[in-house]
Amino acid sequence: MDDAELARLLRAALLGDEKAYSAFLTGAAALVRSFVRRRVGQGGLDPEDVVQETLLAIHVKRHTWRTDAPVGPWLYAIARYKLIDAFRRRGSRVEVDLDEIAETVAAPQEDRPSSREISKALAALAPGQRSVVSAISVEGRSIGETAASLGMSEAAVRVALHRGLTAIARKFGRGENGNR
Amino acid sequence: METGDLIKLLAADARRQGPSFGRAWSLALALAVIIAAAIFFGFIGPRPDIATAAQTMRFPFKFVVTGLLALTALAALVALSRPEASGRGRLVPLAAAPLLLVAAVALELAVIPSADWAIRLVGTNNRYCLSLIPLMGIGPLALFILALRNAAPTRPALAGAVAGLAAGGIAATLYAAHCTDDSPLFVVTWYTLAIAMLTLAGAFGGRVFVRW
Repeated sequence: MDDAELARLLRAALLGDEKAYSAFLTGAAALVRSFVRRRVGQGGLDPEDVVQETLLAIHVKRHTWRTDAPVGPWLYAIARYKLIDAFRRRGSRVEVDLDEIAETVAAPQEDRPSSREISKALAALAPGQRSVVSAISVEGRSIGETAASLGMSEAAVRVALHRGLTAIARKFGRGENGNR
Repeated sequence: METGDLIKLLAADARRQGPSFGRAWSLALALAVIIAAAIFFGFIGPRPDIATAAQTMRFPFKFVVTGLLALTALAALVALSRPEASGRGRLVPLAAAPLLLVAAVALELAVIPSADWAIRLVGTNNRYCLSLIPLMGIGPLALFILALRNAAPTRPALAGAVAGLAAGGIAATLYAAHCTDDSPLFVVTWYTLAIAMLTLAGAFGGRVFVRW
């Protein structure tokens, strides 16, 4: 997907086009993935975690893109910022691990490939937001279906989703999601 | 959660967005000026002899320096608040106001006998300068930090420091209308100190509150 196509999709997405946004994010994820993989190496950092954190950051900061500018520089600047953030957090987490081992003599748990950083952040959401988020992501329901199954209005589902995503993104930004 | 699931979530949230980039900055700037001006006109006020002072060289020159600082810092602030434009090249125009002030200091030293240098530098209002500029600047700085939180600076501490400079530029422009010490020697000493306090506070605020 070239930059002009990405820009076209993102412009449509900013006007509320969900299909275009989904296509944009899929293209952006591929670019960020290869960007991150080239830089992570053997550091023990899961590249896909960084991809997901970058997508979340792109989502909450998408209004900072200038609609007449190319997408690439903006996208990679966000990816670089989140990658540095992930390295920093990884460093601080190692210390936390050592403390916990010393205090509780618990076996250190390696991250399993399936346990994503984002899943931990998700688990910390308020129950209402969490049920909306999992209905749409894991169960793949639409806003309307989610509203019907949870007995909420569509507007309330959208608000809960938006707040949930903002809360997850903020957790990542502050580096709060430790190894729980 | 796998990345495909995350994309479903984000796409479903396509319609809800924060305030637009330009509008957020316009609002922050307008409120910043209103807050600083309200403190100025409510509690401080212009100096009584402002009409006479306006005929001199030194009094209007203060506004050239502080106004230039406010404008260059605001431009750099908005630019630094976008992720792709956080390079240090954005900071080059910020040198304009200090350079101009240094040139004025050189002129002042040339035309004023050295016996008067210390008197002009110390002035009579330095305590007011050091307290009123931060006082008028802290509200604008808080607003700029809020606007930075809504934006996406990839160097939060640097962007915060520039926010402090911009707030300091606005506050110093207002304070210059109150202060009767017009010598560049006074300005370069006390205005710089007062604005440096706001800049430090801004760097700290950026580091603590702006990371995303």
